[in-house]
Amino acid sequence: MSAVLEPHGHAGHGHDEAHAHPHGWQRWLFATNHKDIGTLYLLFSLTMLMVGGILALGIRAELFKPGLQLVNPELFNQLTTMHGLIMVFGAIMPAFVGFANWMVPLQIGASDMAFARMNNFSFWLLIPAAVMLVGSFFMPGGAPAAGWTLYAPLTLQMGPSMDAGIFAMHIMGASSIMGSINIIVTILNMRAPGMTLMKMPLFCWTWLITAYLLIAVMPVLAGAITMTLTDRHFGTTFFNPAGGGDPVMYQHIFWFFGHPEVYIMILPAFGIVSAIIPAFARKRLFGYTSMVYATASIAILSFIVWAHHMFTTGMPVTGQLFFMYATMLIAIPTGVKVFNWIATMWRGSMTFETPMLFAVGFLFVFTMGGFTGLILSVAPIDIQLQDTYYVVAHFHYVLVAGSLFSMFAGYYYWSPKWTGVMYDEARGKIHFWGSLITFNLTFFPMHFLGLAGMPRRYADYPMQFADFNMVASIGAFGFGLMQVYFILFVVVPAARGQGAKASQKPWEAAEGLEWEVPSPAPFHTFENPPKLNAAATKVIG
Amino acid sequence: MMKTTNALRRAAQAARSRLSDATLAWGVGALALLGSSAARAVNDLPGGPAVNQVDLHPAVTRIAAEQQWLHNFMLVICTVIFVGVFGVMFYSIVKHRRSKGAKPANFHESTTVEIAWTVVPFLIVIAMALPATKAVVAMKDTTNADLTIKATGYQWKWGYDYVKGEGEGIAFVSTLDAAQRAMSDAGRPEGDNYLLKVDNPLVVPVDKKVRIITTANDVIHAWMIPAFGVKQDAIPGFVRDAWFRAEHVGDYYGQCAELCGKEHAYMPIHVKVLSQQDYAAWVEGKKKELSAKADDPKKVWELDALVARGSQVYAANCAACHQANGKGAGPIKPLDASPVVLDADKNKQIHVVLNGQNNGAMPAWKQLSDTEIAAVITYTKNNWSNKTGQIVQPADVVAQRQ
Repeated sequence: MSAVLEPHGHAGHGHDEAHAHPHGWQRWLFATNHKDIGTLYLLFSLTMLMVGGILALGIRAELFKPGLQLVNPELFNQLTTMHGLIMVFGAIMPAFVGFANWMVPLQIGASDMAFARMNNFSFWLLIPAAVMLVGSFFMPGGAPAAGWTLYAPLTLQMGPSMDAGIFAMHIMGASSIMGSINIIVTILNMRAPGMTLMKMPLFCWTWLITAYLLIAVMPVLAGAITMTLTDRHFGTTFFNPAGGGDPVMYQHIFWFFGHPEVYIMILPAFGIVSAIIPAFARKRLFGYTSMVYATASIAILSFIVWAHHMFTTGMPVTGQLFFMYATMLIAIPTGVKVFNWIATMWRGSMTFETPMLFAVGFLFVFTMGGFTGLILSVAPIDIQLQDTYYVVAHFHYVLVAGSLFSMFAGYYYWSPKWTGVMYDEARGKIHFWGSLITFNLTFFPMHFLGLAGMPRRYADYPMQFADFNMVASIGAFGFGLMQVYFILFVVVPAARGQGAKASQKPWEAAEGLEWEVPSPAPFHTFENPPKLNAAATKVIG
Repeated sequence: MMKTTNALRRAAQAARSRLSDATLAWGVGALALLGSSAARAVNDLPGGPAVNQVDLHPAVTRIAAEQQWLHNFMLVICTVIFVGVFGVMFYSIVKHRRSKGAKPANFHESTTVEIAWTVVPFLIVIAMALPATKAVVAMKDTTNADLTIKATGYQWKWGYDYVKGEGEGIAFVSTLDAAQRAMSDAGRPEGDNYLLKVDNPLVVPVDKKVRIITTANDVIHAWMIPAFGVKQDAIPGFVRDAWFRAEHVGDYYGQCAELCGKEHAYMPIHVKVLSQQDYAAWVEGKKKELSAKADDPKKVWELDALVARGSQVYAANCAACHQANGKGAGPIKPLDASPVVLDADKNKQIHVVLNGQNNGAMPAWKQLSDTEIAAVITYTKNNWSNKTGQIVQPADVVAQRQ
């Protein structure tokens, strides 16, 4: 069945009924429609967010007071490891792919993704991977317990769940690579006539660049974990010094993947926020060209900074200095983006519906995370803070207040298009303020804990750290509660069709081809390439 | 009239004080409730964490002072930029709202502005990098040390060897206090030095450049002392180094800073900095103590004495995984009724203890003395339900080491 731009005569529809709008379980198992696959990815990642969240609550429940109350240290290490793996690979990454699937074809005026069947495969691969990952808790010896970074040689001591975890990560990596190929080919080949690259929404740019990053680095991760697998079972000694191997080499390979990975997890967030702020400031995005170059600079720089995760491994002076300088440089294009967003707001005419609240909240709290990152990039300071709670605070600020908040913003912004109903604005505001406050309650004290020297991945701690840990745990449970509230009182009602009917463009100043189709978006959109105005923002004729 | 007013005033005062009494009572009650769960009140630990500490530990070395200066420098700059940038944003949020009648402006680009806010941050970053460079170079210079000590990370304790300088030849292992480990399991933590107390602290002289060489026996660990500004990974098969010159006498604490398995939180570091004289006295005393304790591997032991010794070795090294009852757990094999332990060929068990098994899941214990290994094996062969009657002498272990 051709998915590319061919006129679809009505006569053909008789036998196409099943394809035109499939129903039942077959619709989902054999989905090739970008909207359905987007929905599948988003539901999957929401589920994994809850699973990862429960693990986090297990961690915070244990750390509520000093002394071991609930879990033993082995299980605690499993909780921290799996919380990280599930959130990174199961929640954040698939969610952004879900946003890409839903929005990229709509925003460029394409009928679907370039490779619709591969798209299906990319999604369904995630299910066995997730089952293996979560199921590893029930294998002999429990889940992997070496931290999400899976450093050797500790990983060589883990039980069979380590192999299951490696297998799961290979599968998820394949899914990401295939998804990225799809996105790149779609964006480069299927834009509607008149939509040049420099006219397409920034969300498409950020995903184009993210897709290249994914293709470049997922194979590197695959290499690292495969070497771990052969060290464990096939007599190699890549990372085992007893056989002439080098544990630090694992870190180099892992972080060569790992650093671009964290930019993979934030660039799409930049794209979402770049759509929302102009819409609610009623003013065009400031410095579009600059934003594209800044995003590309961040992506390129992300390849040459990886060893700032390794400042304490004992690299020579030149190495320390190079990685410190390169890392500090990334602050500049990131700062440029923040300034451009604020310049978009400046002298706009703003209203603060929930998408804008989350977008502005993102701006404020993500930048805090950016500053702690800048502080960590200073190698002498990093020597004090490496492997302490300061690092935990930093990356939760950028990943939760950054990536996750941008996803909430994107949900509130685009859900009228997806579901056809408006969310309840009061509930959205409750979700926002509740999340913002509990998030800060949870993670701000961790800066102090890190400065005071409390190490990460500790099941128990000296008693002087007790009060801040207690506050963090209370905040964590509050934050979890707010997400349960979000699901039960915002997402579920919308999925059930409860709420005011959404107009085609519920946000008066929103721009983009997604607002040129009805709400909810019909199963098939832009079956014929649309004719666009000069700015490629509206369909004409 | 006056009388009524006064009476009213007195009544109001009484009511207010009753109200404030009640509030006080509720407040104290709430605090007591909160406090009673942390009823084991804790104080600052000098040289270690302070209660609710919000900044880096006060510096005891020049490097730590430099790090602190750099951090304050970064904080000030970041705070100024933060306040500036978000001041602008919040101003905009308040003033440029539709509800205030603001009309949206038309501008959406300016090359000048983009260049400006690229170049200025670039200059700021350079200003930050300059003092940082000096510190990096200083931290890396481990030459001309007065004293060199090797710190070896084990699962889960530190071994210290005085390699060069005053005290050369001294070697010992530093393990978390067993009572504190038990407190953790019991969920009853106590003490200002909870999880920081060790049996044998590392002892160094004040005002001397101490070079710490780090390595590990099994997986990656990390040696850190916040008060000194030192943190260095301890990597198996490799040696790394770091240095410090402590400027004040005292006790300083740190913890393992790289995930190393289940007891990662339970292998602290305690460095005792002594005056030059006290250090010299300590060195003399320690050398005497170690030579007295040194076991003669040629000695032939009686079963009971060896088992008694082995029980101590077992508690200190094996019980963490194999459990006090010898039953192990999960992937950790039980020793009680173990075929390897019960085997008539003693060399089988000696081999496992010396060389480890399963890719290091059972680590090698080469670093224990021949006597300690002989004792612990004999103990396992004659404890719980195992009643082999076998004795493994230190000489048997020496033979297997070839």
